Amino acid sequence: MSPTHHNVDFLLMQMTESLRKLISEKNLQDPLFIGIRSGGIWIAEQLHNNLAISEPLGTLDISFYRDDFTRIGLDPKVQPSKLPSSTQDRHIILIDDVIKSGRTIRAALNELFDYGRPASVSLVALIDLGCRELPISADIIGSNLNLAPDQHIKLIGPEPLSLEISLR
Amino acid sequence: MIESIDHNSSQLNQDGQLKHFLTTQDLPINILNEILDTADSFLDMSSQQVKKVPLLRGKTIVNLFFEPSTRTSSTFELAAKRLSADVLNLNISTSSASKGESLKDTLMTLEAMHADMFIVRHPDSGAAHFIANQVTPNIAVINAGDGRHAHPTQAMLDMLTIRRCKGQFEGLVIAIVGDILHSRVARSKIHALRTLGVAEIRVIAPKTLLPKDIEMMGVKVYTDFNQGIKDCDVVSMLRLQKERMNSALLPSEAEFFNLYGLNSERLKLAKPDAIVMHPGPINRGVEIESAVADGPQSTILQQVTNGIAVRMAVMSMAISGQLTSRISGS
Repeated sequence: MSPTHHNVDFLLMQMTESLRKLISEKNLQDPLFIGIRSGGIWIAEQLHNNLAISEPLGTLDISFYRDDFTRIGLDPKVQPSKLPSSTQDRHIILIDDVIKSGRTIRAALNELFDYGRPASVSLVALIDLGCRELPISADIIGSNLNLAPDQHIKLIGPEPLSLEISLR
Repeated sequence: MIESIDHNSSQLNQDGQLKHFLTTQDLPINILNEILDTADSFLDMSSQQVKKVPLLRGKTIVNLFFEPSTRTSSTFELAAKRLSADVLNLNISTSSASKGESLKDTLMTLEAMHADMFIVRHPDSGAAHFIANQVTPNIAVINAGDGRHAHPTQAMLDMLTIRRCKGQFEGLVIAIVGDILHSRVARSKIHALRTLGVAEIRVIAPKTLLPKDIEMMGVKVYTDFNQGIKDCDVVSMLRLQKERMNSALLPSEAEFFNLYGLNSERLKLAKPDAIVMHPGPINRGVEIESAVADGPQSTILQQVTNGIAVRMAVMSMAISGQLTSRISGS
């Protein structure tokens, strides 16, 4: 069966509005947007644009913080994380494309805290597949999905963005 | 004997990934680039408040030094600590070897302490290969300099410095100047530069400090510094290895400086944006003038910083390569 592709523009519009509301309700001054490589950066770029944030987007590559290094080794395509010199006392909007076990977010939080102690971290993800293995939940989700065990989801991008669902 | 070794069967695993780092000779370009890319990522870590990643947490790295070294052993130690590994520094010349323990017994003792990696510095060429072939599987070995044979992490930190200063290797003319005969750094650099595809590698030295088969390595030989340095992009000085000189290869240090020392006048013969490298420690006034060593074209201190990043990269890649499968695709 060939993979199916789904447009994400509508989800991104909804997420932009939810994020605008979250920032104002929680009074998050000067929020710092950070995307997790690589799909998270694409989503973060869109939200960052839509909300006209002037400060450059931060990017995280969590390869050095993964909990499965001893099982699967180092990702040979690791790239530098780019964050402002300090995240101390900043309100951080952490953005990923797909959240599942929660382990990526755990690694991202560990890395973030090595840059300083943020005032708060809010989590945004395009797709939530459930199946959490850690006590982590997102503040904003584009859509919840239940996939069959043999189905695989992947964000294709950066231009245009679409979700590809395929059989393994 | 070293020349006949199949290097890659010793240092790559069945998937072609680094599992030991013993020499730059014959390493494929993708591995050299992976080392440089990974090191680049570690360099950017310097903006973190906590300058450390948890990658090798719980791993034990043994600095096994059979010959004195301050700079190399301390940068390896710092690199290991920045990866959150536990580090044991063993100076064998002053320990069990003097009590008559054999190398094999020393290795077995350290393996019983559950070491995950040995960083080896040894006065004999081929020592790192020997140890890599002796240790039990899953222990990675990094060569931190063996005799006149190889010093691959020093070569790769120089490659990183060149790439960060010049952007790429294509088209570059590189001169390596000084005591080529005793230099494991020069050999490792020549192998890496050839693989990375520079336009021209020159070696500049008096005849007495040139190995007799050096042309076989694909380099141009100059005995006149002023001719050799002309239009170079990179001038890479070597330290005069006084401790390795056991015969009268040189008339005097002053004469060496006159003929083969880098001063500001001579540097003008290279390209205006040429960089000057030196692995340290510097013999000021012997192979390089202070004004050049401390001048704007000098990358000597950047090399030290890059050295930590490169060592972090090969340590994490080698431990990673000791595992069988890796992340595919995602």
